[in-house]
Amino acid sequence: MSLTSASLRATQHASRRLGALAPVSHALSPPHRGQKRSLNTQPAYEGHVPLNWFEAGFLTVGSALMALANPRRGDMVAALGDLTSGPVLPRLRDAMLESAEGRQILKDRPRVNSHTVDMDKLALLPEGTFGNAYVTWLERCGVTPDTREPVHYVDDPELAYVMQRYRECHDFYHCICGLPVNVESELALKFFEFANLGLPMAGFAAAFGHLRLTHAKRERLFREFVPWAIKCGSSAQSLITVYWEKRWEQNVDEMKKEFGIWDPPEPRWSRPLSEAKAAAAKRQKAAEARLQEASS
Amino acid sequence: MHRSLRQLRPLVSSSKSRLCSVSAVRHNHQDAQTTASTSAGHANPAANVNSGEQGSRVTHFGFKTVPEEQKENLVRNVFESVASSYDVMNDAMSLGVHRLWKDDFVARLKPGARGPMRCIDVAGGTGDIALRILDFAREKYADRETSVDVVDINAEMLKEGYKRFKKTMYHNTPQVAFKQANAQAMPESEFPSNTYDLYTIAFGIRNCTSIPDVLKEAYRVLKPGGTFACLEFSRVNNPLLSTLYDQYSFSIIPLLGTILAGDRESYQYLVESIRKFPPQPEFAKMIADAGFTTGAMHEGKGGAWTDLWGGIASIHTGVKI
Repeated sequence: MSLTSASLRATQHASRRLGALAPVSHALSPPHRGQKRSLNTQPAYEGHVPLNWFEAGFLTVGSALMALANPRRGDMVAALGDLTSGPVLPRLRDAMLESAEGRQILKDRPRVNSHTVDMDKLALLPEGTFGNAYVTWLERCGVTPDTREPVHYVDDPELAYVMQRYRECHDFYHCICGLPVNVESELALKFFEFANLGLPMAGFAAAFGHLRLTHAKRERLFREFVPWAIKCGSSAQSLITVYWEKRWEQNVDEMKKEFGIWDPPEPRWSRPLSEAKAAAAKRQKAAEARLQEASS
Repeated sequence: MHRSLRQLRPLVSSSKSRLCSVSAVRHNHQDAQTTASTSAGHANPAANVNSGEQGSRVTHFGFKTVPEEQKENLVRNVFESVASSYDVMNDAMSLGVHRLWKDDFVARLKPGARGPMRCIDVAGGTGDIALRILDFAREKYADRETSVDVVDINAEMLKEGYKRFKKTMYHNTPQVAFKQANAQAMPESEFPSNTYDLYTIAFGIRNCTSIPDVLKEAYRVLKPGGTFACLEFSRVNNPLLSTLYDQYSFSIIPLLGTILAGDRESYQYLVESIRKFPPQPEFAKMIADAGFTTGAMHEGKGGAWTDLWGGIASIHTGVKI
């Protein structure tokens, strides 16, 4: 065997070995390789994008830079969250397995979006219930439970669901803590989430998000909200285990006592509460009228 | 904080949904793809049209197999999504090297050397080649009569080109015109036969559904003596370079698409479409089959094509006698 053919064989062997590391996500490996795709490059669930260690590192750095440069890129914040959540997600999943409610969530795998949450039904619930409080909060802040960026970069399907559940329940945390959606309240909630759940992304957002605030707001954040967030978040029950969709009729104050949550310092609401209440009442009347029409 | 996402990405989600709808087709043809093209060089990549199981004509869209009629739509969606960030993405993905390739391409053609030329740049949306042609003619030969018709199937890309030209001295002059047309079927009323001295197509022909049709149209609109020139990604023959290039293409480029443009699917398509394009000798033969006179079937001086950077890109030329 001549030297040249031996070295050519070595190069080909090396290229095949390197090729085996090639992550191919949704694509086949280049056909002219003639190699089979290894099992772990198949997507494990819809929207899954398998990455090898190099790509994961590249995307982590890239999405961090992009998220800092342009915080409106929600998909980059989500990607960073997916990629940094590694060690914490199994702990959250185990916390869910330890509680009966959490086990039910893992079995049912409920999703939270405008289709699965019946806003009209919730509007009919009496004041003081969680469902009513949630709808009022949505109206007051002017947001909807629209679909958040789906999870792409978590490899295990169950852990991917836990991550997705965390993202979709973010608004419920807003509601139960009584915090609006402006920047300082979001940051306070990130501190709370970090203390309660331990997700690194919440920690990053907490650690770096305040750099964009004015001095006065930052001062208020650290003086009033952060102590509340850390004390309350760390002592409260792990909120990932709460099956929110089954607690619409429950009294909010009862729930807060059950979880061990107390109110934060009064945050800054952009719309006065009475306006939102009027809008909620109007909605309730409209929903009732629709029901009456349907039944008659 | 993440709420505004939905408003920012309508184009991406619509293109994504269209791409997802053909994934079922892809899985059915998965085995057919791998068995049909195993050893070095594809079995028959020039025949990008085969009969599917239903008897309908299918072609490739990256590594997916799609009905022929759909490919045009899918490609259009890809380029609609990428149009606004196209130039930024090109710079990021090629680390600026695409500029060198395009400069080399235009320099070899020497537009304006033998007097003013009528040029047509097809799939030339954002105007990279057109601008280089006009600048070359002006700077080297003091030629202000050479004109370029920029043709693209996609209005969004043409809009970007128009915007770029507005920043130059050629805006509102007869030297540049923007026309929307399909390279495979350019209407005779707008593009009469035997009109142009130079036909260029850079990094566009691999997105066309039927390459022979594009070549036929090119032959038609060129004057006798006119030159056909194509700059396109091609086959890298060196195995080491090829491995590195593949790793880079399949790992880094889709991620750059995700990070910079929020669109992984389009860039996955782009790197896959490069792999499906016929290698240099086959493409040179297709050009010769369309009626052009080309160099000998080898690379380099006197040959039908010239490789750039080891074959990552390649320039094919032909002349209409």
